[in-house]
Amino acid sequence: MSANNDTIRKTILVTVLLCVVCSVVVSAAAVILKPMQVANKELDRKSNILAAAGIADPSKSVDELFEQISTRYVDLETGKFVDMPSTYDEAKAAKDPQQNIRLDRSEDKAGIKTIARVQPVYLVEGSDGSVEKVILPVHGKGLWSTLYGFLALEGDLNTVVGLGFYSHAETPGLGGEVDNPSWKALWPGKEVYGEDKTDPKIQLIKGSVDASTADAEHKVDGLSGATLTANGVTNLVQFWMGENGYAPFLNNLRAGEA
Amino acid sequence: MSKTKDVLVSPIFKNNPIALQILGVCSALAVTSNMATATVMTLAVIAVTAFSNLFVSLIRNHIPGNIRIIVQMTIIASLVIVVDQVLKAFAYEISKQLSVFVGLIITNCIVMGRAEAFAMKNPPVPSFIDGIGNGVGYGVVLLFVAFFRELFGSGSLFGVEIFTLVNNGGWYMGNGLMLLPPSAFFLIGIFIWIIRTRDPAQVEKPDFEMAPNTKKEAA
Repeated sequence: MSANNDTIRKTILVTVLLCVVCSVVVSAAAVILKPMQVANKELDRKSNILAAAGIADPSKSVDELFEQISTRYVDLETGKFVDMPSTYDEAKAAKDPQQNIRLDRSEDKAGIKTIARVQPVYLVEGSDGSVEKVILPVHGKGLWSTLYGFLALEGDLNTVVGLGFYSHAETPGLGGEVDNPSWKALWPGKEVYGEDKTDPKIQLIKGSVDASTADAEHKVDGLSGATLTANGVTNLVQFWMGENGYAPFLNNLRAGEA
Repeated sequence: MSKTKDVLVSPIFKNNPIALQILGVCSALAVTSNMATATVMTLAVIAVTAFSNLFVSLIRNHIPGNIRIIVQMTIIASLVIVVDQVLKAFAYEISKQLSVFVGLIITNCIVMGRAEAFAMKNPPVPSFIDGIGNGVGYGVVLLFVAFFRELFGSGSLFGVEIFTLVNNGGWYMGNGLMLLPPSAFFLIGIFIWIIRTRDPAQVEKPDFEMAPNTKKEAA
């Protein structure tokens, strides 16, 4: 029985049949489950945006809460709003030479090489149309991995509402403490800029911040045992808040010209 | 019946794939830093070993001998992709934590080892049960390791706080080593030690006898 299995005919027949069956099974699973996976991704992104903005209400679903947030797109070069289709994916655009900005090494504080020219931003608007909160996607290199997160600012476009990372692979217990709620609680109330609104001052320092020192409002406690991750966080926040990041947009928004 | 039971139960302690056969250790290091991921990984591996054994066994009389490994790999890889897709659709949070390690079930030696060693020679039903047994055997080790790593590393089990950490204002200083993959080596070592103390038949003969050179005359 097994002897005639080894003929070329049978070998090819078995291979072809197996490949057809397996590919049908795999593609069926991928196609059938695709809508649910997309919905999950979307839900995950929305809940991270809400978490950074400090919006939580257990009685409401994420989708209901997200209704108060409007998604807009910003051209980082001009700092103005632009229209984009809702399928726009800034992670893909960052890799596309047509749509990205290549960063000089001297500019590339966050260590990410290219950024998309158009970034989504999320606004919480008051009833009179004024901006109450702005949630900005940020990312940059930590020690082992790229950290992806959201930084939320108050309506004055300077005071931090919250910072949260939704994806990273830093060392658990050390750099991974960026997820620690008590560390994240240090961020609200900090101020990104000093006098100059294009030059972010905010940074992580070694040890804990003494509230009585000058510019304590620009300093956040570092993470013990995770200096490199902490430097990464400082760099990525400074990069995205700086002139190559959202600063032109924030200045326009402040002047009401976005 | 007793043979079926034996096929199911013996891989759990008597013939444990990790402890006795030392297969599939790498994923046992990677996904055991907490109970939730370890549990999901266990279920995923049980599903893959069971069904790959079943399908390999169903077509075992038609698999040409010279491409049998490729045939097994194709079946295993397809199953793993399906499992990965299902996790992404139904358990998105967990699948994010497991990330690449679900895909790496393909390279888990337990799956392929059982397909080659058992399913190629046995009928579908015992093969399926053997797959479940080996998956469970893998899972027992995973959960054992994850239990200690999460409890002593993060002070919690399934994310529920047991010891309050110093970071959160409690008394327990989390053991950082437990959160890092190498701690699983120690725990798996201890697990193997316990099993082999209970069942000395598992202890291998040393490859080399230690030369009696500790005495002055021997040297």
